[in-house]
Amino acid sequence: MDQIGSALVAIVLGVGGLLVYFFGTNISLDKLVPDYPDEEGKIISRENSREQIRPWLFIAPAVFLLGVFLVYPALRTTYLSFFDDRSNNFVGLDNYVWAFKDDGFVLSLQNNVAWLAIVPLVSTVFGLLIAVLSDRVRWESAAKSFIFMPMAISFVGASIIWKFVYAFRATEQDQIGILNAVVVGLGGEAQTWYTEPPLNNLMLMIILIWIQTGFAMVLLSAALKNIPGEILEAARIDGANEIQVFFQVMIPQIMGTITVVMTTIIMVVLKVFDIVYTMTDGQFKTEVLGNYMYRWMFRNFDYGRGSMIAVTIMLAITPILYWNIREFLREESVR
Amino acid sequence: MSDMISRWLGWFSVRFTLAALVVLWTLPTFGLFISSLRDKDSLATTGWWTALSTREENDRARTGGAEDQVQAGDQYVIQGNVFEDTGKSARISAFGDGFLGGELTDHKVGDVVELEDGTTFTLDKEGNYEYTSSTPFEIDRGERFFYRAEFDPRFTLDNYREVLDDADMGDAFINSLTVTIPSTIFPVAIAAFAAYAFSWMNFPGRKAIFIIVVGLLVVPLQMSLIPLLRIYNDLGLVGTYPGIWLAHTGFGLPLAIFLLRNYIGTMPREIIESAKIDGASHFSIFIRLIVPLSVPALASFAIFQFLWVWNDMLVALVFLGKHPDKTVLTVALRELSGSRGDNWEIMTSAAFVSIAMPLVVFFALQRYFVRGLMAGSVKG
Repeated sequence: MDQIGSALVAIVLGVGGLLVYFFGTNISLDKLVPDYPDEEGKIISRENSREQIRPWLFIAPAVFLLGVFLVYPALRTTYLSFFDDRSNNFVGLDNYVWAFKDDGFVLSLQNNVAWLAIVPLVSTVFGLLIAVLSDRVRWESAAKSFIFMPMAISFVGASIIWKFVYAFRATEQDQIGILNAVVVGLGGEAQTWYTEPPLNNLMLMIILIWIQTGFAMVLLSAALKNIPGEILEAARIDGANEIQVFFQVMIPQIMGTITVVMTTIIMVVLKVFDIVYTMTDGQFKTEVLGNYMYRWMFRNFDYGRGSMIAVTIMLAITPILYWNIREFLREESVR
Repeated sequence: MSDMISRWLGWFSVRFTLAALVVLWTLPTFGLFISSLRDKDSLATTGWWTALSTREENDRARTGGAEDQVQAGDQYVIQGNVFEDTGKSARISAFGDGFLGGELTDHKVGDVVELEDGTTFTLDKEGNYEYTSSTPFEIDRGERFFYRAEFDPRFTLDNYREVLDDADMGDAFINSLTVTIPSTIFPVAIAAFAAYAFSWMNFPGRKAIFIIVVGLLVVPLQMSLIPLLRIYNDLGLVGTYPGIWLAHTGFGLPLAIFLLRNYIGTMPREIIESAKIDGASHFSIFIRLIVPLSVPALASFAIFQFLWVWNDMLVALVFLGKHPDKTVLTVALRELSGSRGDNWEIMTSAAFVSIAMPLVVFFALQRYFVRGLMAGSVKG
């Protein structure tokens, strides 16, 4: 209970502090650079001078926090990746050379590539399928809510949910996991789904697909609804069947959204950590970069190699970073 | 005719496929929820989809002891019910073994068993037993026997009681709230000012700084962890709430600024310009005009950030650690799955405790959540 009390105190202090800062500095600015009357008693506004300073008051807390929590650490991590485990000695590219000889790192890299090849594509395809189908029924919003729901759940929660789906009992026993129940019901043998490579990687990917499909569906559904009706009508009048309309008219129209959806999921996949950490902790050949970095940083306390793995993830994201900024500049220029 | 059939097939297959997908997507969560309400024994031995059917099972019971006997005429009787105080409801089909000797299935309900010492024992379908003797009973403990019964499905909140009290998920829930609320409010407030400045104020470097913000949207968290952990170690911020509030605020800011600028930046220029002509400063325009108009965008981001922080595990692991007083739900759940992963009565209810809050927020405020998601779909 006193914990809730201290959280409330923190909120009051924090919000109070922010208010004091924003109101205090802005009102002081008005006081320090006041308007003044000229010889004829007319008030000369010095608002223009104040406007030289005010923007900085507005952005200072944000810039400070971005600098401390994102910009500086990112540069520092890159720098540390060229140092040894305790960051005392410069080792050049040693950590990078080590990585390509290290089985764990190579395996993580391979697994991440497999995740990249499967999760964004499958989520997008399912999302698109559901968006198209739900557009044609009256219970659209209910259907979409259910598909979208996993987006609200934590990766850990989702992992437990699926661990239960994959639960194993010997074939002769009653199954408690629904997947094995189906398999046994069809005459098969019960499986330990997430401990047998290489299939177990796919079983972990399914969890992320389950979560991300809702996201893909929401964005793609909105994009589909934005296609002007006349374009679709025109295609149908020209004799295109529904399949042709879908592939030759709809898909090209929503290509931009498909790219955004895929890119967003790619970033989620590159950073995936919680699912692997909860399900297998990287055992049974399921290691991925996110979990491998955590391992080197928190179990082996090797900051050089930990940083190097973080930089690897960053390098993979860099093309997206570049593309993002380019898109932003393009949009700004038309604005 | 064939046209009608193919039309009908199309109509049907759309609905069927969609319904199948919805069921497929919902079933895992639904199964977890149903399981969390089942009693421990059924949960460990049968699938949740059988939760509504009766279950035949063998069990054992004990008669009352000598102190429970009553004298009825010239007979001494010990009476009772095997299901008393168990909360179970079942119909017995057979009994035997134990002090009755022989096999569990030797006697049908209602049979009166005559024992060698001259006592008799009978058990009915509802579980009432009668143990009768012509001389006073002298047994200290009751006698043991076995029975087979059809158990009715039983739903219970016991699992929740157990995880909230014994498995500390109750404390973890409070810890999660303690982490999440300030981590949601701070970035909203800070980002709103910055977003206004980037939208409507002129200052050198405006575009360059904003481009950096756009870039930071995709920088992975992993790039921040090691240097920040070292700073936190030096400052003694590891394992403290202010430490994690600040971290979440910093990590949430790029998206917050980006989202709010998209919203505030598209407001009509005339609103701001006419206020300027009336002599209002940017500060009073922001406070009096922009903030009230931006409530939907502020709410969108707040919900997004709330769910993000609530569901986060990595930041909590690194900056709060597994310190028992400060474990948040996600970390507690992960730890449970390591230590008691096979105790499904614990895992199912614990998982549901951790996802209950996001589900409530999601279903109540879905519209805002979707809006935030669409506006910020490039977040890193």
